[in-house]
Amino acid sequence: MNTHVNRRHILAGSGALTISVLLPGVAARAATSGLDKRPPLNPKQLASYISIRADGSAIAYFGKMDMGQGTDVGVAQMVAEELDLPAEKVIILAGDSGTSLNQGGASGSTGVSHGGATLRNAAAEARFVMLELASKQLDVPVEDLATANGVITSKSNPAKKTSYSEIIGGRWFDTEVEWNGKIGNDLNMKTRAKLKDPKEYKVYGTSAPRRDVEWKLLGTDDYVTDIKVPGMLHARTILPTRAGAVPVSVDEASIKDIPGAKVIWEKALLGVVAPKEWDAIKASRQLKVTWSDVKAPFPEQKEIYNHIRNAKSIKSGGSAKNVEPAKVEEAFKGADKIIEATYEWPFQSHASMGPACAVVDYQPNGITTLWTGSQKPHFAGDGVAKILGLKPEQVRGIWAAGPGSYGRNDAGDAAVFAALFSKATGKPVRYQGMRHEGTGWDPKGPASIHTVRAGLKDGKVVAWHFHSKAFDRLNVSSNESDPSDNLGAQMIGFESKPGLTYATPEESYAFPVKQQTWEVIPPFLEKVSPLRSSHLRDPLGPEIHFANEGFIDEVAYTTGQDPVAYRLSLATESRDRDAIKAAADKAGWKTRTAARKETKGDIATGQGIAFSQRNGTRVAIVAEVDVNLKTGKVHARKFTVAHDCGIVINPRLLTQGIEGNICQGLSRAVHEEVMFSKDNVTSVDWLTYPILDITERPHVIDVVLINRPNLPPNGAGEGSMRPVVAAVANAIYDATGVRMRQGPFTPDRLKAGMA
Amino acid sequence: MAKRIELNVDGKAHTIDADPDMPLLYALRDDLGLRNPKFGCGLAQCGACTVLVDGQPVRSCVTPVDSLGKSKVTTMGGLVKDGKPHKVQEAFIAEQVPQCGYCMNGWVMTTVALLDKTPKPTDAQIEDALTGLKCRCATHASIMRAVRRAAQA
Ligand code: FES
Ligand code: FES
Repeated sequence: MNTHVNRRHILAGSGALTISVLLPGVAARAATSGLDKRPPLNPKQLASYISIRADGSAIAYFGKMDMGQGTDVGVAQMVAEELDLPAEKVIILAGDSGTSLNQGGASGSTGVSHGGATLRNAAAEARFVMLELASKQLDVPVEDLATANGVITSKSNPAKKTSYSEIIGGRWFDTEVEWNGKIGNDLNMKTRAKLKDPKEYKVYGTSAPRRDVEWKLLGTDDYVTDIKVPGMLHARTILPTRAGAVPVSVDEASIKDIPGAKVIWEKALLGVVAPKEWDAIKASRQLKVTWSDVKAPFPEQKEIYNHIRNAKSIKSGGSAKNVEPAKVEEAFKGADKIIEATYEWPFQSHASMGPACAVVDYQPNGITTLWTGSQKPHFAGDGVAKILGLKPEQVRGIWAAGPGSYGRNDAGDAAVFAALFSKATGKPVRYQGMRHEGTGWDPKGPASIHTVRAGLKDGKVVAWHFHSKAFDRLNVSSNESDPSDNLGAQMIGFESKPGLTYATPEESYAFPVKQQTWEVIPPFLEKVSPLRSSHLRDPLGPEIHFANEGFIDEVAYTTGQDPVAYRLSLATESRDRDAIKAAADKAGWKTRTAARKETKGDIATGQGIAFSQRNGTRVAIVAEVDVNLKTGKVHARKFTVAHDCGIVINPRLLTQGIEGNICQGLSRAVHEEVMFSKDNVTSVDWLTYPILDITERPHVIDVVLINRPNLPPNGAGEGSMRPVVAAVANAIYDATGVRMRQGPFTPDRLKAGMA
Repeated sequence: MAKRIELNVDGKAHTIDADPDMPLLYALRDDLGLRNPKFGCGLAQCGACTVLVDGQPVRSCVTPVDSLGKSKVTTMGGLVKDGKPHKVQEAFIAEQVPQCGYCMNGWVMTTVALLDKTPKPTDAQIEDALTGLKCRCATHASIMRAVRRAAQA
């Protein structure tokens, strides 16, 4: 059975099909096996979450989506488990506000832990309803019924049987459910059914295959970049060379030789459209524009950390477990030695594989459609509605696979650009950025400094203070339902609404006094900034734990303790200790109380450990690096990862997801730093923003999955990204005795450290 | 000025009217409506737009459409013969390589060309052929497994 829903085909499977809307890319999503009309989407209706097709297989309507890590497969397994169906008999229709409720989109690794949990409840409720119906039909009590593979049988008289298909196949559930009133990640519903006991699980723990791999290799389905709507125009934006400048005059005649090319200019928003894509690109390059003369918005790149240190803070906060500041100072007074270090981390870019793309078909008197690669198509649709002056229900947001996304990348901006250009031209518009926009103007992971201070008495920590000072975690919100968070909207006058927030380390280390605080500083530019900050995969996790775990290492060595043993002595939660121990054991940890500096010729070799929690998931990583003492080049050869995210639903997909996190995390550790001049970001392509090359990949990634069958699944999409940078830095220290306190760990920084 | 240009793509002859300087990528995507090659950078830096021109991997984002003469262009979709995917595609599918998959044209087409010349490459030869290609989702571990698997097929 083909579980991939090819959007150009109608779902295979028996039974009548209703196709309510025929739009490119959505035919199959609108197609269901219902004989009757589906009730309008409503969180109170079971039919909004799940349906049974005529052939007895199920469709779950997922208000999140899979970004290529197999989240949909995991969710299908959860639904299948409660329905006693094999995983391949559950189809997931995802990320379309026309077919699913708003479950928050892809967000914070909650696809399975939240989104899947909700649909699992829906599946349990569906089974409950079907058993009630079967009980009536077969005239046996519900307790006497058993389900397997879509067949319902009387246990006392196996001759009496029916099936999901017979009971409700091809029709919609007409069942009201009690939901919790929360739209987004937390949307959930109650079920009257008792959820399955983990001991009975059959589908959890199996490696059901991905569903999006074949079409991605054969080129048989649409990415968002492939969506075509009749009469569609191609659009490009023209952004200023000096950030903050706005167009003051535009010479439309300068593109008059390009067929059909037109200028769209509203306040600071400047774009061109043309029927052919290449013509739109040419026009965007050829258009003569005079820009306003503004002050250069940024300091010199080398001043970035001084700037952060000296900037006034506009918001501060910290861990809920913090004590009175006076108590902290008192604890430090009791120390006989205080050690302190500052760690620095640059802006980093999503630099998705292609610049973001969106298609909008503006229909003021009907339904406007947005096709987007955004992780949050429901919210992005709401944002587009607002900027177009429409009601949310007048916009359908449809997700189609895009060029990668790791948080709040440039996809949200593309959606608003396409919407504004579609409205301005009265035509469907496909917008895609150019490479310099994808890397130069996407929302960035914020630059930061982290100061960690430990008060020691008799070789023991008596006071611990972790403090971050940084650009805003959410200068633009990751949610996209408010157009203020998008470049295009800011260009036409929407004010930015910064979130002013940050985060603190997550671990269970016990110190007599432990304080974790932060402060954020204003952005360089209030709005339309190429250095605006937002979520980048495992938001703030890599840099915060680079500092936290780096400093734990520093304290261990300062007090003559082995880094693994020291962490084991500090961690108060047994799951944390299990992960640390599992990684160390599997990696063959070499106990030491000082950097080993094992050297052969020009190559120094080292091993480092780092640990962190992330919303309940725990990951410990041992990295092994070779440092070339002549060139300063770091090669992280091997990673051993112990991963505990509760119950493991799909071991193979989880392992591959972890491998991706390790390699992307390594890329950020050794390469990635957004460069800028006083005028603008100068990291604008793959030469100026290099990422990991295949020649630099780790040769071994050893993954130890710690399965907790009795615990619910926690997020696994980015937990293993978190300790990568720290593990690499700690391994570099073991190899060379050089403590990296500023990333990324480029040859220049290594050489400077070793000099 | 637009010019009449003939192209041979995936075994079919096409005639388009296009600016001779237009990169091949836009002819494939926009004029022929093919969805395989992707725009990643337009700068020959990533490989997302890779096609084979007479068996050689070429970055279609910087290849002028009028420079091809009688050459045969193959896209990733065009590797499928009589409904059967190429062994490299099969290996990438079996290894479940792609995350977003936007980069796949580069890795697959370059691997096809590599295995044509060097059917049993060493890891070093694989690295040599694939260096420079980008995968932002960082699926490097799966890519290596898939290339080795294809070489064994
Ligand atoms: S798009 Fe052609 S190499 Fe990047
Ligand atoms: S799979 Fe996303 S860029 Fe390679």
